Amino acid sequence: MIRVQARTEPSTLMTFASPFLAIVLTLIFGSVLFSALGKDPIQALHVLLVLPLSDAYNISEMLVKMGPLLLCAVGLSLCYRANMWNIGAEGQLLAGALGGSAMALQFVDSDSALAMPLTLFAGILSGMAWAAIPTYLKTKFNSNLILTTIMLNYIALYLLIWAVHGPLRDPAGFGFPESALFSDATLLPVLFDSGRVHLGVVLAVLLALVAWFLLSKSHLGFKIRVYGADEPAATYAGFNAKAISWFVMLFAGALAGLAGVAEVAGPIGQLTPNISPGYGYSAIIVAYLGRLHPAGAIIAATFLAILYMGGDLAQIEMGIPIAVVGMFQGVLLFFLLACDFFIRYRIVPSRENMA
Amino acid sequence: MDIDLITQVLFAAIKTGTPLLFIALGEAICEKTGVLNLGQEGMMLMGAVVGFMAAYATGNAGMGIIGAMLIGMLMSLIFGFLVLHLGANQVATGLALTIFGTGLSAFIGASVVGHTITGFQPLNIPLLSEIPVLGKVLFSHDPLVYLAIVLAILIGFVANKTRVGLTIKAVGENPHAANAIGIKVLKVRYLAVMFGGAMAGLGGAYMSLVYTPMWVENMTAGRGWIALALVVFASWRIGNIVLGAYLFGLASIMHLVLQGMGWSISPNLLAMLPYVATIVVMVIIGADKYKEKLLAPRSLGKPFDPRQMA
Repeated sequence: MIRVQARTEPSTLMTFASPFLAIVLTLIFGSVLFSALGKDPIQALHVLLVLPLSDAYNISEMLVKMGPLLLCAVGLSLCYRANMWNIGAEGQLLAGALGGSAMALQFVDSDSALAMPLTLFAGILSGMAWAAIPTYLKTKFNSNLILTTIMLNYIALYLLIWAVHGPLRDPAGFGFPESALFSDATLLPVLFDSGRVHLGVVLAVLLALVAWFLLSKSHLGFKIRVYGADEPAATYAGFNAKAISWFVMLFAGALAGLAGVAEVAGPIGQLTPNISPGYGYSAIIVAYLGRLHPAGAIIAATFLAILYMGGDLAQIEMGIPIAVVGMFQGVLLFFLLACDFFIRYRIVPSRENMA
Repeated sequence: MDIDLITQVLFAAIKTGTPLLFIALGEAICEKTGVLNLGQEGMMLMGAVVGFMAAYATGNAGMGIIGAMLIGMLMSLIFGFLVLHLGANQVATGLALTIFGTGLSAFIGASVVGHTITGFQPLNIPLLSEIPVLGKVLFSHDPLVYLAIVLAILIGFVANKTRVGLTIKAVGENPHAANAIGIKVLKVRYLAVMFGGAMAGLGGAYMSLVYTPMWVENMTAGRGWIALALVVFASWRIGNIVLGAYLFGLASIMHLVLQGMGWSISPNLLAMLPYVATIVVMVIIGADKYKEKLLAPRSLGKPFDPRQMA
């Protein structure tokens, strides 16, 4: 028979294979589920995974979803490596959208060249400010970061809803909870003639590469990795734990803030109450699936963006509720955590005399 | 403030605190054995939707309760398997459970959105409910409010006065020592995780069967997370959890009170109050480093692997 044996060294192969294995298992789970629901599983998987890549328009829409997922996930990857359990990317994204919109609305009738950069800057700064609150509470008062960041997600959401019903509402908008449309000078440039791929998507990939360089080549990245792997060793080496915490959190806040402002100043073009379908939460899964590495996050964010896009299509084409995407994300993380078991353990045939 | 308003506020505070009490009681036992389950929100949502669907299908709210507790347990078993058997990171697995539960509950609940059911009727306790003010505040609730209090007393007794309570404590404080004296650590932790799941399901069912009573996507609005904060706030003590749950209940309805008193603040801003209150509480607890270290179960969040014992 077989038995489980601890590996002497964590398996590098399994570290890389585990996310792919988890994706395959999730797809198998999905097929079974669709069959049980009376939907053709082959057609469902085709709509979920292939259709999003089938034409230029769908690919561009997929990339538009990939941008915010990637930005949030890169920031979270750094946080988790430094043992900062930041669950607040959603709130930081909303804060970025809110702060960016407040700036953008100063340029509604303007074609100033400063409109777009200032809007982005305001969004990034707002995301950082929103991330600074739990970081300060953590470093100063030792507050539980998971719970404070979650609470700030809810607070950011209500703040945003309040703003679109109040100060930022379009005075000429017949009372709808929406801001005025941003001016053309404020909107992020669109890259291709067809589709909505905007500058934010490019920035997301560039920033992921910057984070990759930072993490693997810089002294600061080295400190983050040591701190995450062995906190006592890092402290012994004299690394400033608070400085590392502040850096990863503000970096994550800036990226999530950029993700938020790039949504309102990009594909949406105004502030509305529903600017994020939970990108900040999905980014947690992207970060794990990407092995907490910025390069891995690019691949993982693309996969989740395909899933998001496929979910939209599945709702239209097959009447499958969009909530299936959220469920698949949870299942994916379950399978990933289960597969990661084999990084530390292996299954070996048990010897006869042991049985 | 007149006496009628005060009566209504306190009555509503107890009602609003009840789902928090269910979840926090379950999670407290779970954490006492050293397991941190951040999946409360997901289990609660599943309890809410399955409870509602069971009650809707059978026309019996009691069946809803049973269904909710069963699904909560089932959900917690996924968590238990990953964390206890495979030694997965408890924080990540808990988050996965919440994301999964949020998605799955929205998925299966889509068919019953907008339906209504008859939930539990208030149970006026004879004589006691006729006492002015106190009678209304304490003795004219739905049966689940009393159930929560009875459960709290029972759990408090078991945790503090019995052998089972000692076993739980031993596993949470020092699993290796507990293992050495023959306690099955993983079994105790499995049972505690399942108990937490059942209680979270019950808390969810309270939302969809009594509090609203209906099913709306994401209707728990972070209560599972607030309950997690409540457990820390209460220093893992059952008595404090009861008190804390009703205090949080009060904080959650303060916006209604302020509106009732004629304050003209946007309801969206006032809706932030319970979340702000939770952050304030986290700051107060965290600031006293010594206290938290002393009171938290010592093995909280750390995996125990019997394979490495051999």
